[in-house]
Amino acid sequence: MKIFRYLFLFAVLLPLAACSPQEETPLVLYSGRSESLVAPIIEQFTTETGIEVEVRYGGTAEMAATILEEGANSPADLFWAQDPGGLGAVAAAGLFAELPDDLLDRVPPGFRSPEGTWVGISGRSRVVVYNTDMLSADDLPDDIMGFTDPAWSGRIGWAPTNGSLQVMVTAMRQIWGEDEARAWLEGIIANNPVVYENNTSIVAAVAAGEVEVGFVNHYYLYRFLAEEGESFSARNAFLDSGGPGSLVMVAGAGVLASSDNEEYAQAFLDFLLGTTAQAYFAEETFEYPVIAGVALPSELPVLESLTSPAINLADLEDLAGTVELLQSTGALP
Amino acid sequence: MLPPVTEKTDLRTGRSPVRKSVFFTSSKPSLRSLLLWLPAALVAASLLVPVVYLVIRAASGSQGLWETVFRPQNAAVLGNSLALAIGVAFCSALLATPLAWLTVRTDLPLRRFWAVLTALPLVIPSYIGAYLMVSTIGPRGLLQGWLEPLGVERLPSIYGFPGALTVLTLLSYPYTLLSVRASLLGMDPALEEASRSLGRTAWDTFWKVTFPQMRPGLAAGSLLVALYALRDFGAVAIMRYDSFTRVIYIQYQSLIDRSAAAGLALVLVAVTIGMIWIEQRTQQAHRLYSSGSFKRPPAILPLGRWKLPAVLFCGFVVLVSLVIPAANLGFWLVRGFAAGEQLGRHWGATFNSLAVSAAAAVVIVAAALPVSVLSVRRPGRLAGLLDRVSYIGFALPGVVIALALVFFGANYAPWLYQTIPMLIFAYLVLFLPQATGAVQTSLKQVHPNLEEAGRSLGRSPLTVFRRVILPIVRPGLLSGAALVFLTAMKELPATLILSPIGFGTLATSVWGAVNAVFFARAAVPALLLIVVSSVPMGILILRRDL
Repeated sequence: MKIFRYLFLFAVLLPLAACSPQEETPLVLYSGRSESLVAPIIEQFTTETGIEVEVRYGGTAEMAATILEEGANSPADLFWAQDPGGLGAVAAAGLFAELPDDLLDRVPPGFRSPEGTWVGISGRSRVVVYNTDMLSADDLPDDIMGFTDPAWSGRIGWAPTNGSLQVMVTAMRQIWGEDEARAWLEGIIANNPVVYENNTSIVAAVAAGEVEVGFVNHYYLYRFLAEEGESFSARNAFLDSGGPGSLVMVAGAGVLASSDNEEYAQAFLDFLLGTTAQAYFAEETFEYPVIAGVALPSELPVLESLTSPAINLADLEDLAGTVELLQSTGALP
Repeated sequence: MLPPVTEKTDLRTGRSPVRKSVFFTSSKPSLRSLLLWLPAALVAASLLVPVVYLVIRAASGSQGLWETVFRPQNAAVLGNSLALAIGVAFCSALLATPLAWLTVRTDLPLRRFWAVLTALPLVIPSYIGAYLMVSTIGPRGLLQGWLEPLGVERLPSIYGFPGALTVLTLLSYPYTLLSVRASLLGMDPALEEASRSLGRTAWDTFWKVTFPQMRPGLAAGSLLVALYALRDFGAVAIMRYDSFTRVIYIQYQSLIDRSAAAGLALVLVAVTIGMIWIEQRTQQAHRLYSSGSFKRPPAILPLGRWKLPAVLFCGFVVLVSLVIPAANLGFWLVRGFAAGEQLGRHWGATFNSLAVSAAAAVVIVAAALPVSVLSVRRPGRLAGLLDRVSYIGFALPGVVIALALVFFGANYAPWLYQTIPMLIFAYLVLFLPQATGAVQTSLKQVHPNLEEAGRSLGRSPLTVFRRVILPIVRPGLLSGAALVFLTAMKELPATLILSPIGFGTLATSVWGAVNAVFFARAAVPALLLIVVSSVPMGILILRRDL
């Protein structure tokens, strides 16, 4: 039984070892964005301001749900979400504090909460990723509606459970109207699209030739290119019709109303909206800056304008309608 | 020493009717029985936390909640989940039973080596396992790439039921394997010897004597496998199989209605209770006692000309469930190196993973003991209820449990919230049945005669427990600890949400890297997860403890 004795000792000592003394209360950030993508810029914030930041990483939906359960007792000062849906859920529960205008006004109106509770930090565009061995960019329709053509049957990959796709469908409902959005979904489903779990699996499957095209966010491809090199057989096509198929949406952040560290939290957002951080997003994570005057790397095409159609992508009621639509068309179980 | 014939013991199998134990038995409630009931009740109460949360959430829902929960489509999806759970449990039993027998009872070459390797797939997170499977044998995976010169453009699709079944079987059969191994290790060799000496053939003896002894372990392991398949989200998502957890996740992911998600999770709770009821029905009222000559190692059967097929079988299982995924990870790693990836350091995460999983293993086995003793030795309605309650956490997706504990922790125990003890508590809620299953299987092999003998010789119940029972149930305790350890190593949702801030584990490193499409960066912690887990497993198996 000796082994049990050691294990027991270990179990007792571990919590003690984990409780090291703390000095000043650092800023606590719940991040729905990946550590590998945002940790460097957070470190830079600490270097520049001397403000320590402790980060809890997780999925955006899980982090938002955690904040909703914690309510007024949340240890978090800030929430940085991957998509507007997560921000909208926290905002709808009234858990965000209002941000000062000088932060909000830095970004175009479509990229911040209409109520002033969160602000966009970086932009991502919906694109069509296509297999370069099977197709060229000219083979693709200009408009995402073009993929409802039966010619695309069995060639499309999509991820109806994915938050970004749901936001795109929400945009379709707002821009095109309910009937046309339904027509698009039914047309795509009639083409027997292959269902994937997320954007990453779609890009991988397109490159492998499992499907020829996929509906994704633009920046996943660049990670694959960095790892697998130029021979990776998938590229992005930015649809040029300006419709929902080329929607630009934001990852954003807000300060929690329960935070007792509001000043530092706003300083953090101020830093993220500054030129250093915005240039980091453009060059390192291949996202679109949300402020003017930041140069884009050569991989990213200049978008005509960064103004999204005047729609509120974080509107939760709309998202509920989208999920209902996806379920009633059979896109979701 | 064989069980006394006076008690209608079936000599062939060593079966005799259930007898209440003298251990902690007395005619009136005593302090001693309180010592057993109190911790068991505490454990059970803590396991009810998620259910209470789900009821609170579901009750706060709107009118439309039950419409969402009882949509007609949900019945079909629930059917999918049940089919998958049963299929995976069945296939796992087919793999695990011969593996357990070969590695415990035969002269299989390198059998401890096989024993370690065949247990390890349990540490591979299911979404990683599924992703690796797709990239290996998917329609356009690695295998297709090799076959392309032969004109193979595309392999048959593995998505849907076959893919989900294959991945989940390969990742979860060790549950059955470790449980059955514990049964075999705790088995009394005298039973088989008696059977052989009475003229039965080896084949007959296996089916009439050995197999019945393996059955409790098989049932306990299969239940774990079935529940694992029921609650899994990662593999079914990648394999595009519409299981019930997917419906729950869609509700959580879209963040629209947590009360509907709670209502759906309650349906899963009801299904779990049904499955446990079935498992208990298959466990006969008879108990399989060992005579207690536990110091004797089990007899080793020579395989003879079956040696090569047996080795090939073990090799095949290890190849498919462990070597191919690991080689694939190695491929990511090499490709990443070539592209100049920064691979990062993982000492901290490795230590955290090991420490917190080992601590969880000890705490959870300790918590499993009172519950198991009660349900085995004091079978009654209340003890049965305690036992059943312990399975609920295991059947719910990790994120549901994590959010339940967020709700209670943040609002009612802020001093405990997001600390190591809280994380271990979450593991307890999630993994307790892995330990109770294994411990109970062993306890069932302890003949009450032994306790009676000890007591009649004037020893106190505690001394009897420590000196007589504990040594016999040791394989069960260790196999329970091993199961908890291996699954805690890969646990993700609760670790992300409930660990102290900044506390990274290997599993969270893998997830973070894959999430951001840094496959090479994911390969290092994923390989470490496998290698590091093999060390304690190796020690236990080589010391003949497991």
